[in-house]
Amino acid sequence: MPEITRDEVAHLANLARIDLDDAELDHLAPQLSVILESVASISGVAGDDIPPTSHAIPLTNVFREDVVEPCLTPEQALSGAPAVEEQRFSVPRILGDEQ
Amino acid sequence: MSLIKKTAAELAEALAAGETTSVEITQAYLDRIAEVDGAVHAFLHVDGEGALAQAAASDARRAAGTLKSALDGVPIAVKDVLATQGLPTTCGSKILEGWIPPYDATVVARLKAAGLPILGKTNMDEFAMGSSTEHSAYGPTHNPWDLDRIPGGSGGGSAAAVASFEAPLALGTDTGGSIRQPGAVTGTVGVKPTYGGVSRYGLVALANSLDQVGPVTRTVLDSALLHELIGGHDPRDSTSIDQPLPDLVAAARQGATGDLSGVRIGVITELAGDGWQPGVMARFTESVELLVKAGAEVVEVSCPNFVHAMAAYYLILPAEASSNLAKFDAMRYGLRVVPDGDPSAEEVMRATRDAGFGDEVKRRIILGTYALSSGYYDAYYGQAQKMRTLISRDFEAAFASVDVLVSPTAPTTAFKLGEKLDDPIAMYLNDLATIPANLAGVPGISVPSGLADEDGLPAGFQILAPALADDRCYRVGAALEAALASQWGGPLLDKAPELGSLVEPVETLGGTA
Repeated sequence: MPEITRDEVAHLANLARIDLDDAELDHLAPQLSVILESVASISGVAGDDIPPTSHAIPLTNVFREDVVEPCLTPEQALSGAPAVEEQRFSVPRILGDEQ
Repeated sequence: MSLIKKTAAELAEALAAGETTSVEITQAYLDRIAEVDGAVHAFLHVDGEGALAQAAASDARRAAGTLKSALDGVPIAVKDVLATQGLPTTCGSKILEGWIPPYDATVVARLKAAGLPILGKTNMDEFAMGSSTEHSAYGPTHNPWDLDRIPGGSGGGSAAAVASFEAPLALGTDTGGSIRQPGAVTGTVGVKPTYGGVSRYGLVALANSLDQVGPVTRTVLDSALLHELIGGHDPRDSTSIDQPLPDLVAAARQGATGDLSGVRIGVITELAGDGWQPGVMARFTESVELLVKAGAEVVEVSCPNFVHAMAAYYLILPAEASSNLAKFDAMRYGLRVVPDGDPSAEEVMRATRDAGFGDEVKRRIILGTYALSSGYYDAYYGQAQKMRTLISRDFEAAFASVDVLVSPTAPTTAFKLGEKLDDPIAMYLNDLATIPANLAGVPGISVPSGLADEDGLPAGFQILAPALADDRCYRVGAALEAALASQWGGPLLDKAPELGSLVEPVETLGGTA
């Protein structure tokens, strides 16, 4: 069982787009190691012949008729946005200076 | 009997008999909320004005003879993870503070279509991650039986609201026990329906392959009435089952007659032993004896893979949650934190997610990200999905020889607030007995089994049935409820503290509490 290091937690937080400060990394890393240790018991219990289950109730694609149905108005869709401009979501710049 | 102590079924009868009005009932619950919710903190938002307007409309329908359902005019509280048009929906998180959804969850739309006034939104662990409601960003809910103790979680607000007579009915959601475990520790009834039996449209997803909406009530019959009202196929949820629900109310009424002749009950061997509080086990054993007296045949059944259920759950849930919560990106709704300078969208996203998510949410997102990482995927997530197959097979094998399976709902009674807050594993163990049902998609109910001798606090009795056979939970649950009530001389909640005399009244209504 690989222990999860502070650096790994920092890397994972980066992948998950969360800025964790030093105090949070110190706090979370050991807790995550304990959790991982407790779920490690699962490895190797199920053999190669056991199929995985992703959903308890087996369902294939569900389709509906291709007809127009009521949906949100633009005003409703934008009603919770932190910033709106010309009936659009207004977002910070996407690219960095060097890009 | 005072109005607020009546069950939902009794309130519906009183309304039908013209003994009271929906406005009178709704006002009585709003008064009770004003009186005790300062101490209990079951609600994050109370909509006094809206509820009274809906109640007045219900009374007008009654006068005109145009009632919409059997529960028309009976008020209800809704867990804050369900979208309510025009009412705040925070999921117990700072990242959604002040968000007012522009649409209703299907279950909320069905409540409105059935004429139930909505009292407000109930407190919960942030994004339903927890077993104590202490992970709410707006402060914990307190257990009405002992205000220093947890009300269970994640739906502690809904359970505490019903237990403290602040609402006759509530909606909860159950991903690994979030309806049933709060039911157990507050002496109330909670049901997790068959996966796909109740629409998830407008339920802010924690783990979409495990989440289910269900009833939180004081009696088994009330849960059946509410379940029939919210359940059934919804074209807006692609995992919704396209077939009619069984007759749940009839099953509850049949069970209440007390006859369980011909019903085969399996006691799950693996859900007992070390770590299970003696008082909880004593009430469980007594309850099983009562079911035998009612005519049921009881055998012990082994589900050997259940010991791995918690490990599988704490890999599948964080994996799904880390993906589901990626939508909180500070762009379209919710919190936006803008760091100094000229930050990029990605920097805004990082700062917002750090400020907006609490500790437990961060823990689970990072754990899920790890479990889904290349190199670890097969060892963790892949293994957990295989374990899900083995747990489903355990259920199938068990249900080949018995009609329902039973266990205590939670291993202990309510613990003290703060006791397990910084010990994730100790917290996770509360859901040991409830998790297998979510992994397999089968329905389950928790019914109060009495008070543990050690601490005088409520314990719960869990009944699990095969997928789509939710009616069996109601039949056996109602039979147990009836047998216990006749032994106690009334419902368990009669033994709960009155609260009203203990607490400072809250002066204002209608705002965010």
